[in-house]
Amino acid sequence: MSLLQTLFKQMLSSMRDLAPVVIVFSLFQFVIIRQPLPPDVSVADLLIGLVSVLLGLTLFVKGLEIGLFPVGENLAHAFARKASLFWLILFAFSLGFGTTIAEPALTAVAGKAGLVMSDAALIAPELEAQRQFAITLRIVVALSVGSAVVLGVLRILKGWPLHYLIIAGYALVLVLTVFAPDEIIGIAYDSGGVTTSTITVPLVAALGVGLASSIKGRNPMLDGFGLIAFASVMPIIFVLAFGLIGFGGAA
Amino acid sequence: MNEGLVILHTTLFDLMPILAVIFIFQYLVIRRPIPHLKRALLGLVLVFLGLALFLFGLEMALFPLGAMMAEQLTSPAFLPTVTEGLERHWTHYYWVYLFAFAIGASTTIAEPALIAVSVKAGEASGGIIDPFVLRVAVAIGMAVGITLGSWRIITGVPLHYMVIGAYLLVIVQTLRSPKFIIPLAFDSGGVTTSTITVPIIAALGLSLATAIPGRSPVLDGFGMIALACLFPIITVMAYAQIAEWRQRRIRAKKRSPSVGPGHGNGHKSSK
Repeated sequence: MSLLQTLFKQMLSSMRDLAPVVIVFSLFQFVIIRQPLPPDVSVADLLIGLVSVLLGLTLFVKGLEIGLFPVGENLAHAFARKASLFWLILFAFSLGFGTTIAEPALTAVAGKAGLVMSDAALIAPELEAQRQFAITLRIVVALSVGSAVVLGVLRILKGWPLHYLIIAGYALVLVLTVFAPDEIIGIAYDSGGVTTSTITVPLVAALGVGLASSIKGRNPMLDGFGLIAFASVMPIIFVLAFGLIGFGGAA
Repeated sequence: MNEGLVILHTTLFDLMPILAVIFIFQYLVIRRPIPHLKRALLGLVLVFLGLALFLFGLEMALFPLGAMMAEQLTSPAFLPTVTEGLERHWTHYYWVYLFAFAIGASTTIAEPALIAVSVKAGEASGGIIDPFVLRVAVAIGMAVGITLGSWRIITGVPLHYMVIGAYLLVIVQTLRSPKFIIPLAFDSGGVTTSTITVPIIAALGLSLATAIPGRSPVLDGFGMIALACLFPIITVMAYAQIAEWRQRRIRAKKRSPSVGPGHGNGHKSSK
């Protein structure tokens, strides 16, 4: 059956993604450190975990390819071509928000952020408080990506020059960095990097390319990308502001 | 068993927003049936199972791997000995830097998304950009970003100084680089932070900040991902600038015997 074949192919490509990690770790562990694994690390758990990552990534990417991406791209093109401005903006925002909430890299970093914030006694030490912080952080980031996609869509429609907007975004980041509590700065900067990952980029880029190619005189390559660039600056701004409002007194 | 149920439950919750967006806009706004509905639903089931398995493996393997390496490479038994009472110099942690560099470079150079993008860029540049060199540029950028990130955690240099410096460099380069490379350069920053590398780097950074005396995870542990995204932008634009400069020199050499001291040549080649 063809699905099994493509799944197998996908698995080989996931293996290629995971191979450098396994090789570098083994090299350091067995050639440079030359010590048995620390007692609190179980080899069986590591192997089970790596196999889960491999299988999980394979199913996830294949599923995106046959399920979410065609439907999402189809929708993005439909909205780019004919929708009224209102629906286009609403769709752009929702798409950015929804894809970001599902982004596994963000889930990973937000979980760690919750843990660290509670260790530093900035939030309550309970597991529930950590979860609460992690999900709030993910919602803040998702709202920021939604806004970034809206801004990117408006930019494509109005033809605003990209680099001025990016530079303005950088400037805003710098100003907010001065005022935001120190504890949030690292988390904020990192959240800019994790949003532009597996799910968000293809769907948001599809919207950008669809829009740019439906407007005369726009270059799909140049304009499709602006959305992604915004989506990596806006989260920094939003999370810094969130830190300023939520933990303003902590610094 | 209970833990597995929690993961399945949260995964379903994670996927809810995007599913709601797609179905609501498809059926209530566009009002057309989804093409190949069965296939699409099968895909969504795979996404759900895959995401749940990945999040499970993340906790079981990727986080522990990053943390384990940071702890071992910073343990006093492994580091060069220092006299009692003296503070450790940041150069003692050279294996940490080497590990950071190796993990950054090796996970990036073979990244399929990057290979596809670099071939496209080679075509778009009309032969000025060599796809392989471009990949090397991105991998070096990523590796340098993570290495500097780990150095920053060890020395305690505030993250925003490094980010501000990198921003300024990016802005200056953006204004002076060949136009076609700019979108690509910004994209390459996103390509490097794949779903596998992000959790490893995050765990590495936090464990480094925990292990190094005088550092705190919340103040120093984050930031590697941010730097890993910024530095490829810099190296890619730098490569394009060098490539263009060399191209211009070759052209100038070819023309210099027939055309006088070239005025206006620069305009033609840069726009």
